Amino acid sequence: MADIGYSDKVLDHFMKPRNVGTIENPDGYGKVGNPVCGDLMEMYIKVKDGKITDIKFKTFGCGSAIATSSMITEMVKGMEIEEALKVTRGDVADELDGLPPQKMHCSNLAADALHEAIKDYKKRRQNG
Amino acid sequence: MKKIYLDYASSTPVDERVLDFAKGLLTDNFGNPTTLHSYGLRAKKAVEDAREKVAELINASGDDKIIFTSGATEANNLAILGCALRNISKGKKLAASAIEHISVFNPMKSLSKQGFEFNIIPVDNTGIVKMAVLKEGLGKDTVVTSIMYANNEIGTIEPIKEISQMVHKKGFYLHVDATAAAGKIPIDVQKDDIDLVTLSSSDLYGPQGAGALYIRKGVKVQSVMLGGGQEKGLRSGTENVFAIAGMGEAARIANEEMEEESKRLRKIRDRLIEEILKIDEAYLTGHPDQRLPHHASFRFSRIEGESILLNMDMAHQIQISTGSACSSKTLEASHVLLAIGLKHEEAHGSMVITLGHSNDSEQVPAVVDAVRETVERLRKLSPL
Repeated sequence: MADIGYSDKVLDHFMKPRNVGTIENPDGYGKVGNPVCGDLMEMYIKVKDGKITDIKFKTFGCGSAIATSSMITEMVKGMEIEEALKVTRGDVADELDGLPPQKMHCSNLAADALHEAIKDYKKRRQNG
Repeated sequence: MKKIYLDYASSTPVDERVLDFAKGLLTDNFGNPTTLHSYGLRAKKAVEDAREKVAELINASGDDKIIFTSGATEANNLAILGCALRNISKGKKLAASAIEHISVFNPMKSLSKQGFEFNIIPVDNTGIVKMAVLKEGLGKDTVVTSIMYANNEIGTIEPIKEISQMVHKKGFYLHVDATAAAGKIPIDVQKDDIDLVTLSSSDLYGPQGAGALYIRKGVKVQSVMLGGGQEKGLRSGTENVFAIAGMGEAARIANEEMEEESKRLRKIRDRLIEEILKIDEAYLTGHPDQRLPHHASFRFSRIEGESILLNMDMAHQIQISTGSACSSKTLEASHVLLAIGLKHEEAHGSMVITLGHSNDSEQVPAVVDAVRETVERLRKLSPL
């Protein structure tokens, strides 16, 4: 992709982010990033029969941080958690028709936040 | 929805009068100023007329030099590299404020690899150079000190007269990057006692691709660009005649209209600041009074500047600027915002408004509403 800004899909997810918010009593919760670095993401999931039935996010960050958070929630809603764990940053960027090279780390964060939430879910099940 | 452009510090459109004045140089009078036939002579005259007009904008005297370059970056490079290397026998120390443009820092860094020492002078939390530290930092071998007239990100105007007195008392040459200030506030190189001044065409409603370096009579500078010896041997390469002539005309217009235009913009600016600061956790960055008349800069907590820029542009058709790390290629936070003492997380939420010709007071409510909506929407998305 030429380095001239964001794709239409990125801008669409930035302007109309899907699944924004929090979930009370989530089955899993993940938080990655750091406001010092300019981005912080929180991911909340509900899981039933091994599937992600609901997912919400909150993000502090740039346009691509917000768009990748939104995109990944759309991608994995309804997905088996084992499948969702395989979603990579590359997959998120591809779904958004690419990201400028210096913004690839934002898609990393979105995938990391999701994976953290799933790990948290697994841990809770073990402990619960 | 009508567009509202609020990013005049990034680039100005070419003034219609400037375009009318200079466009013939692209088509009919396209000569090379070095040639001796009538086409060349007309081009040469266009460049020399522009030189006079630019000289007038900063009150340069007839014996001083105005050297046209490709823009402010090249003028800054010529000033720092050219003056330091030409005067190496006087000393090998350099000084610059912590909020200079990168095209001042990078030549200085490059010289520091050639044995020069490079001293960064801090600023206070309004962006004013710390005079006591400057005094300590200057020595009799400080050959070039570079302090900008006013900063493009926070609008702060430096006490240049005071600085030039100190530099000339303790060291040698003062270079002033006036890219952001020229045409906005009066600059008088004689009164301010400045040795080298950088100017940019595209900050003055002139065409992109031209800038100038003022060199005071008697200050020796060597060329950085080597070739045919145009511009008194200091800037080889065929002159960008259209852009230079445009810059000259833009400088003439700025000189004539600055006082009135700055007064007009200051009123709009003051209203914007007053209204925007009513938003929760909105803060002014830079100096409250010693600031460029068309400049308003803010930071908002808990949100990020690139998102502000995108939302303002896409949802409201309003173009602003930000010093957020996420909007830069390097993903580094603005050195200016860090230099005035902001934490990284604070620097991320910056927004810069710079007004110009197309703005009027009727736009104020729309801009304020847009900023408010943007801040509220992004805060709703934010986990902070």
